[in-house]
Amino acid sequence: MTHLPVLIVVAPLLAAALIVLLNNRKVAWLITLLTSLFCFYASVSMLEILQEVDVISYTLGGWKAPFGIELRIDALSALMLLILTGSALLVSIYALKSVEKEIPDKNQVLFYTALLMVLAGLIGISITGDAFNVFVFLEISSLSTYALISLGRDRRALHASYQYLMMGTIGATFILIGIGFMYVMTGTLNIQDLSQRLPAVADTNAIRAAFAFITIGAGIKAAMLPLHQWLPNAYTYSPSVVSTFLAATATKVAVYVMIRFELSLFGIEFSFLQIPFDKILVILGTIGILGGSIYAVYQNNVKRMLAYSSIAQIGYILLAIGLASQAGFTAALLHIFNHALIKGTLFMALGIVFFRFASAELSIMAGIGKTMPLTMAAFTIGGLSLIGIPGTAGFVSKWYLVTALLDASLWPLALLILVASVLTLIYVGRVIEVAYFRPTLKGESQLKVPKTMLIALWIFALSNIYFGLNSDISMGVSTLAVNQLIGVAS
Amino acid sequence: MSIELLYILILTIPLLTALGVLLCHQNPNARESLTLLGGIFLFFVVAKLALSYDFEQTVTLTLLEPFPGLSLALRLEPLGLIFTLVAGFLWPVTSLYAIGYMRAHHEKNQTRFYIAFAISIFATMAIALSANLLTLFLAYEMLTLFTLPLVTHAGTDAARRAGWTYLGILMTTSIGFLLLAIIWTWSLTGTLEFTPGGILAGKAELATLGGLLLLFVFGTGKAALMPFHRWLPAAMVAPTPVSALLHAVAVVKAGVFTIMKVSVYIFGIDLIGSLDSAYWLSLLAGFTIVSASIIAMSKDNLKARLAYSTISQLSYIILAAMLGVATGVFAGSLHIAMHAFAKITLFFCAGAILVSAHKTCVSELNGIGRAMPFTMLAFLLASLSIVGLPPLGGSWSKWLLLQATMDAHSTVLLIVLLFSSLLNLFYLVEIPIRGFFATPADLNYNNGIKEAPKFSLIAILITTAGCLVLFFLVNPAWNLVEQILR
Repeated sequence: MTHLPVLIVVAPLLAAALIVLLNNRKVAWLITLLTSLFCFYASVSMLEILQEVDVISYTLGGWKAPFGIELRIDALSALMLLILTGSALLVSIYALKSVEKEIPDKNQVLFYTALLMVLAGLIGISITGDAFNVFVFLEISSLSTYALISLGRDRRALHASYQYLMMGTIGATFILIGIGFMYVMTGTLNIQDLSQRLPAVADTNAIRAAFAFITIGAGIKAAMLPLHQWLPNAYTYSPSVVSTFLAATATKVAVYVMIRFELSLFGIEFSFLQIPFDKILVILGTIGILGGSIYAVYQNNVKRMLAYSSIAQIGYILLAIGLASQAGFTAALLHIFNHALIKGTLFMALGIVFFRFASAELSIMAGIGKTMPLTMAAFTIGGLSLIGIPGTAGFVSKWYLVTALLDASLWPLALLILVASVLTLIYVGRVIEVAYFRPTLKGESQLKVPKTMLIALWIFALSNIYFGLNSDISMGVSTLAVNQLIGVAS
Repeated sequence: MSIELLYILILTIPLLTALGVLLCHQNPNARESLTLLGGIFLFFVVAKLALSYDFEQTVTLTLLEPFPGLSLALRLEPLGLIFTLVAGFLWPVTSLYAIGYMRAHHEKNQTRFYIAFAISIFATMAIALSANLLTLFLAYEMLTLFTLPLVTHAGTDAARRAGWTYLGILMTTSIGFLLLAIIWTWSLTGTLEFTPGGILAGKAELATLGGLLLLFVFGTGKAALMPFHRWLPAAMVAPTPVSALLHAVAVVKAGVFTIMKVSVYIFGIDLIGSLDSAYWLSLLAGFTIVSASIIAMSKDNLKARLAYSTISQLSYIILAAMLGVATGVFAGSLHIAMHAFAKITLFFCAGAILVSAHKTCVSELNGIGRAMPFTMLAFLLASLSIVGLPPLGGSWSKWLLLQATMDAHSTVLLIVLLFSSLLNLFYLVEIPIRGFFATPADLNYNNGIKEAPKFSLIAILITTAGCLVLFFLVNPAWNLVEQILR
């Protein structure tokens, strides 16, 4: 299986093309499912290989880097792959019924095509060793994402998609400009190569500008406050499957781009000592946490509420990176992983509510704790994990984040973080209260919830508890990834 | 039977009871017999554990290890045994009471009630047996969540609002302060194990440790130290058996238990004695004792009055822990048991009055003693135990507490305690005096009022007898308490 690194990108791309050719809804779903199953298998096997070797390097066509294109999978890439392919697999199981319900028949084949393209793009970003390739894969995933969002039933989805298209294109272009500057200064695009050649030219305005362009570009894609405006609409109006998949993966990959460029490529010394990027991250992260959480409290559409919550959670991750310490990086990576589990659970549960009522307004959820006990129990688990109740995955990352803050003697910030989780309690609590303590509405929907949706939901929900009680895997990979990052940088 | 097995049994019996209740939800008799049986069985297991445990050789059972170096583990120590015994004994008694109460009061959703009740006992037992702060915190949060459906049981708007207050205060303090304190301790010492003598001494400057103590004590919202006490009166909208067991015994005692454990096994009693913030906290506890008593005097609603009395009594234990002297630890631990028996009796009586006479206010109770003599007599004895008069259990802990303030050379707190006893006497003993001696509002007042339902009456008699027995048979409890500082 020496070709796994390339197959994991090529397989979804080819499958996407195949789906269009076969042009059959059921077959399209089956191919999507099998492809994501294969990708999941591939990422797990690569994770196993990484127990033995530091890095899996694959040269396309046998052309050695820096001349050829290199795929390079270290522990950080493997962590991203695990999140991406795991979410993709669960989302594919879930998609069968949800897509039948939410997407017009004639668009369903195209939907699966776009979904696989997004997957291929995101996987590509995570494993490529070439800076320009990052931009290429980013565009593949972004363009397909715009299409996916516009498939939402609500006409406002079109506007949301257009808004994201605008912001996303600016972001991607900024990244491209940044890469261009670096190429001009060093004459290479290979990330390994760049990281070795940059220090010689680091003290130039061109490189500093490159840094700024890339940071802002990635910041837009990650919905870093105040560059977040595209996200609430995109998550609210897109089909449930899309919002689930995006919430679990897309912004995290943008954070990955940020980590990859800032830590492995520019290096810790440049990013955090020459440019006080750590302080910027701490400030923006904290604002993101508070702002996102406060906005979330005031939302009456639960999807939008979760969207703002995602902005807050990205804030946690950025803050953790901004601590510029081993503990901080570990906390950030752990939270990238755990937050994918949390938001996957919550958006899937909400998708089932949407499946039955064709709405995600808080008011229609009155009393559904009784009529949809399995769905709401899973939502509750996800909510507790989001708050960071012990025994859930959310607790593990919160624990490490606060430890990292205390190690950095930032205890007022630690207190602030924990008080901010009380805001989480409020907005999750609002949903729980309406679902469990309000009388059920008249004219209850008679639709039965499909088993496939519930199975996918519960795998997500139970993984929150599993990784809350046993963090060996998530912790192991994150620690390994951080050690490699710091090793590369020094 | 091995100790490990007993630990497991103590945790699983309540859970199995909850499951059994769920399965028997269509048959009230089977459902309630199961709750009772589960309770009795649990008590026997706890008693067996108490008899076969040797504190010289503690047994630790590690369940899981969520993070490297941090485990979910169980270990019994003397303080935990006291709490386990008290909660284990009072659960079946409360179940007995609840059967009479819930039926006579025609409460709805009784299955949900009994399930949440059993799971709350599970969380309480996990707190009592926890071997480290992480396990304790996990169980502490579970207890908050599982008691929430009990607080909002009535489903009215008032109950929902009370639920928000309850959840809001308990979660804000625990996540905001307690969790921070725990992680801070971890980052200072690298361990969270409850260790005799404490783990924090010398790990940081005294000022830092003082701040940490503040976080721990304020973070334990369940101990209801002012200004974080509001949830307790709010929780009184719950059915009386819940107020009795959870908000006079399990939940609030979990709070003061946490503070005791932290002072004895995390800080160490000597370190507490040298911290300025401990002194300020003991003064704040003194303030809470007096002001809660004064508020209690002004409350006409019987359950609200008892709630404020609980707040005041809890601060006795906080005060005892913050004195930093050995006598304080003994007094506080004994008071956990003594106050539990007395306060649960008072709540039982309040519930009996509600069910039989449909009265909730103190001012309506003139002359009720003629119709409900047993209930009122029990109320009188329990009140005297709280005041601390012989021959009732409460006199021992009060006695020790006074001695502890003298050991700590704190005249102010000594006066606070004496003054508060006086206030207790006024606002608690007033009620049986009204019941027995005051003239009813009209002549037909006692028509149709009977004694409490017989299941409930038996429960009241058991706990009242407990108050008396604890006075005469205090030796085993004393031996146990003395082990804490070994």
